[in-house]
Amino acid sequence: MHPVLRTVLQRLGLGVLTLIVVSVVIFSSLELLPGGYAENILGQGATPETVANFKKELGLDRPAYVRYFEWIGGVAQGDFGASYSGVGGTNKREVAHVIAPRLYNTFFLAILTAIIAVPLSLFLGVMAALYRNSWYDRIVNAVTLTTIAAPEFLIAYLLMLLFALKWKWFPSLSTVGETTPFFEHLYRAALPAITLTLVIVAHMMRMTRAALINLLASPYMEMAKLKGVPAREAIVKHALPNAWAPIATVVAFNLAYLVVGVVIVEVVYVYPGIGQLMVDSVSSRDMPVVQACALIFAATYILLNLSADVVSIITNPRLLHPK
Amino acid sequence: MNDTQDKLQAALTAAARGRITRREFTQLALASGVTLATANTMFAGAARAEPKKGGTFKIGVGHGATTDSMDPGLYPDQFTGTALWGTLANSLTEIDADGNVVGDIAESYEPSDGAKKWAFKVRKGATFHNGKPVTAEDVVASILHHTKEDSKSAAKSLLKDMTSIKADGAETVIFELSGGNADFPYTVSDYHMPIMPKNEDGSVDWQSGIRTGAYKLEKFEPGVSATFTKNENYYKTGKGWFDRVEFLSIKDVAARTNALIAGEINYMDRCDLKTLDMLKSNPDIEVQEITGYGHQVYVMDVRAKPFDDVNVRLALKHSLNREEIIEKVFLGHGQPGNDNPIAPTVKFAVEPQPKHTYDPEKAKAFLKKAGLDKLTVDLSVADAAFAGAVDSALLWKENAKACGIDLNVIREPDDSYWDNVWLKKAFVASYWSGRPTVDWMMTTAYAAGAAWNDTFWANPRFNELLVAARSETDEAKRAGMYAEMQQLLHDDGGLINLMFNSYVEAHGKNLGHNKVAANWQLDGMRIAERWWFTS
Amino acid sequence: MTAQAPDIRSVRARRTFWENAKRTLASAPFSAWFGMVIILIYAICAIFAPWIAPYGEADVVGKAYLPASAEFWLGTDQIGRDLFSRLIYGARNTIGIALITTMLSFLVGGTLGVLTALMRGWLDQGVSRIVDAFLAIPVLIFSLMLLAVFGKVQFFMEHRWVLLVIILGLLDSTRVFRLARATAMNVVVMDYVESAKLRGENMRWIIFREVLPNILPPLITEFGLRFCFVFLTISALSFLGVGMQPPTADWGSMLAENKTLINFPAVGFPWIRKPFYPAIAIALLTVAINFVVDWVLHKTSGLRDEH
Repeated sequence: MHPVLRTVLQRLGLGVLTLIVVSVVIFSSLELLPGGYAENILGQGATPETVANFKKELGLDRPAYVRYFEWIGGVAQGDFGASYSGVGGTNKREVAHVIAPRLYNTFFLAILTAIIAVPLSLFLGVMAALYRNSWYDRIVNAVTLTTIAAPEFLIAYLLMLLFALKWKWFPSLSTVGETTPFFEHLYRAALPAITLTLVIVAHMMRMTRAALINLLASPYMEMAKLKGVPAREAIVKHALPNAWAPIATVVAFNLAYLVVGVVIVEVVYVYPGIGQLMVDSVSSRDMPVVQACALIFAATYILLNLSADVVSIITNPRLLHPK
Repeated sequence: MNDTQDKLQAALTAAARGRITRREFTQLALASGVTLATANTMFAGAARAEPKKGGTFKIGVGHGATTDSMDPGLYPDQFTGTALWGTLANSLTEIDADGNVVGDIAESYEPSDGAKKWAFKVRKGATFHNGKPVTAEDVVASILHHTKEDSKSAAKSLLKDMTSIKADGAETVIFELSGGNADFPYTVSDYHMPIMPKNEDGSVDWQSGIRTGAYKLEKFEPGVSATFTKNENYYKTGKGWFDRVEFLSIKDVAARTNALIAGEINYMDRCDLKTLDMLKSNPDIEVQEITGYGHQVYVMDVRAKPFDDVNVRLALKHSLNREEIIEKVFLGHGQPGNDNPIAPTVKFAVEPQPKHTYDPEKAKAFLKKAGLDKLTVDLSVADAAFAGAVDSALLWKENAKACGIDLNVIREPDDSYWDNVWLKKAFVASYWSGRPTVDWMMTTAYAAGAAWNDTFWANPRFNELLVAARSETDEAKRAGMYAEMQQLLHDDGGLINLMFNSYVEAHGKNLGHNKVAANWQLDGMRIAERWWFTS
Repeated sequence: MTAQAPDIRSVRARRTFWENAKRTLASAPFSAWFGMVIILIYAICAIFAPWIAPYGEADVVGKAYLPASAEFWLGTDQIGRDLFSRLIYGARNTIGIALITTMLSFLVGGTLGVLTALMRGWLDQGVSRIVDAFLAIPVLIFSLMLLAVFGKVQFFMEHRWVLLVIILGLLDSTRVFRLARATAMNVVVMDYVESAKLRGENMRWIIFREVLPNILPPLITEFGLRFCFVFLTISALSFLGVGMQPPTADWGSMLAENKTLINFPAVGFPWIRKPFYPAIAIALLTVAINFVVDWVLHKTSGLRDEH
């Protein structure tokens, strides 16, 4: 079997195992959380009687393991169940229906950010490696370290202050709906995308620089230098192809972050993404939605890591054509 | 009033409605003997103060969750309450800006049999958004939605005294109660009980969003937004001025403030108190503060030692420096309580004397009366009771030292506070969102044996008065009874009322409104039908 | 290694530790020096906070939001505590917690990583699968859930920082585990580890003498970054309302508490909006630590072309 195909199949198999473990972990954490969906929704109006009626309607009066196996049985057949918030009515709120628009928004923002951030950080990283220890390198280093060190919400508020309140280039609210036209969506998602770019560029750029510098000490780079290959060409033609593996790993890590970790940016800009949906659902204990979000996050993580590994195999002839 | 003045008044009204031009108005005004300059000012003033049609009203609300449902029995907070009730729907009655109950879907209502039987007459001309007129059957179905056997509605407990409901013809609904209740019209003003269209099978259609209100539902995205368009056939006149209304759920207070400053929303609730002064200095923004019915309290279980001694209770009531805590923890946004749960804006509210204030000498005197030199008590608190409960308790601990009281503040976990601490421990922090009537508040929290009587106070005279006042239809007699009850609770009860909290909200200066209601945030949650744009 | 290696070792052996340190420090570039000085200042602040800070950590000493003055060097915060004093105490709490958290994560993650790389087999499979699952759950949301679950335990209610340290430390250790295992895998197949095994050295020798020194550089880099990320995670948790217990001063929570002030300009000198003080404190420390880490990395990378 081809090594790429073998890796992919093997990792996908392990991925399914990981997903099952994730679902067990999330389910048991939800069970351990104090209070339940009924108590949370009814709040002050909760009486033992109404809570009991509510639980019965949701099926929450049955033991936890029964509910878990019922749920995972449904998932195995492609049915993620319905959100508790729609139970009892004729308009059942299917999890897929609840999640789909949020997922679209999240991917929209993630892709927009990636389009800006990945090329930018590669460029900055290569330049920093090329002019290492120069003033350019030091300044880029200090600036990117500062953006790493600033909490996301601080960057977000700062950009909002400048771009939305002072100069009024972009709106401060990024609320988008299912009917928002593409270009308006782009306009509204601009500030969150810039914020996220600032957050992730530093990490990717530093890793690119480090991976390249690491290679500069290797004999073939010395050789290239001795042959008189210009520094720029040496880095781009000789070092970069060998640095793809670690760069791909860190890019995958940051892309996964763009999907799973942007809760705070969503809160600040009021962008209806999937992170906020999951936090909401956790606080109201809406198990089917929490589980579906967790599985999407985990699958994203697994697939992105897998692609990073595929990149390292493809860019490494020794792995691509094993003995 | 003479004829010319009448004409001028009519002209002013016309100007306000935008029906006559400035020139026409000036001619009329000059004819009635007013100078040109005055006429101009009058015209401008009238045109500003009186409601204008049009515009898109955008409201940023600090609540809203993806689990929000169209089912009114499950409305949890301001987002669903204001958008899906106050904007979209009507109950049988409503509470006006002065705290009085007035008819809404019900044109009129009559008690009989000692207020045990209530007949509500459905307003003629009230229609649903689909054009169907509202009938008594719809009202019955809407109320039964909450009381049926397997109901999970939060309003179920409100209606527990209702023994039957039936339609009498197309226009009249008859409620029968297990005991007389002169305040029953207040009960049905609750935001959980909008009137909805009845289905063929007798159930009620809560799913479609077809209601009776000033605005029709365009789109509802739970946890994100709700948009509405004007209902041209709204049965109320002089209400519902906007063309469109949009609610946005903006949970982060900084983001909400930014959106208001940037002009992306016109109104925000729950302002950040820390930066309020700075927000007030913005020339385009008006901050409004209303003392509501909600109150933040500490409650003692009067059955438990040492709180079973009224002198210990009085000592504790005098050991709390309410003013200082409001100043420090709530930055001055609240009104000190006087151990009376009835907000001053509620009908029949009184200020019992002597006013309970911080007085270490009095506190010590009461301790002595109880036969104690020193007192050590545990106080269980968590910010789940109300934001600032822990800080307030810590300040109280400092206050109480001077009174010879050692207050041992125990911080309880937030998550299970209402399940494991409230009603379980003897001395705890608590919160009441308040009720629009004395009876409702007292029945819920201070009647002997009530499920939520968190002080376990059972005063025979108080309970006698409570029942008697409920069916008393003579207002003066009722007022006397309620005054005595509030005094009793103040002197003897286990309630230590720290403060009535304020609703602090902000809006653009281009919004006009009448007197703002105090029963809920957002002008009694009915801001969308009550407010308008002035420009 | 070239033929000169034994020579260098014999020369080094004659120098004392301090001489060595001096030589190494003398060759440090400006950025590394800058970093070390900053770290030293922070360490002094953290250790001697009660003696340096003019006021107590939680003392209300003036009105809210006073501008900077001779009395309050950086002004006061939202309830009238001295901001400068809180920054100093913040150094103690923040750095302390970050250090303990990071050490916990490296202890757990590093040990497991090296062990699984050496032992392989079912232990490796089991631990790796579990770690994979935990890595696949978003840290922020998962720690929110865990804080809610364990926050009601009496001990953690009184010592919330312990809970934060344990949760963040353990969640972080999954990342350290991955790194340690991956790098250790490359080392354990080396001939010198094989020969140590054949020599019959025990496990401790192999781990501490053969494997650990050779996987240290990437671990040090990771330590620098992870350490700084702990502040950020705590500040994000504070932003979501579940961070440190007030009135403890830590930079992350101070930032989150004052977030609404960002919109409003500061009054009077030095015209820095108050939320930025803790942010600057965090940023400066992050830059400093990573400058030092970069230098250490550079020294160990073997790259000799100084520009």
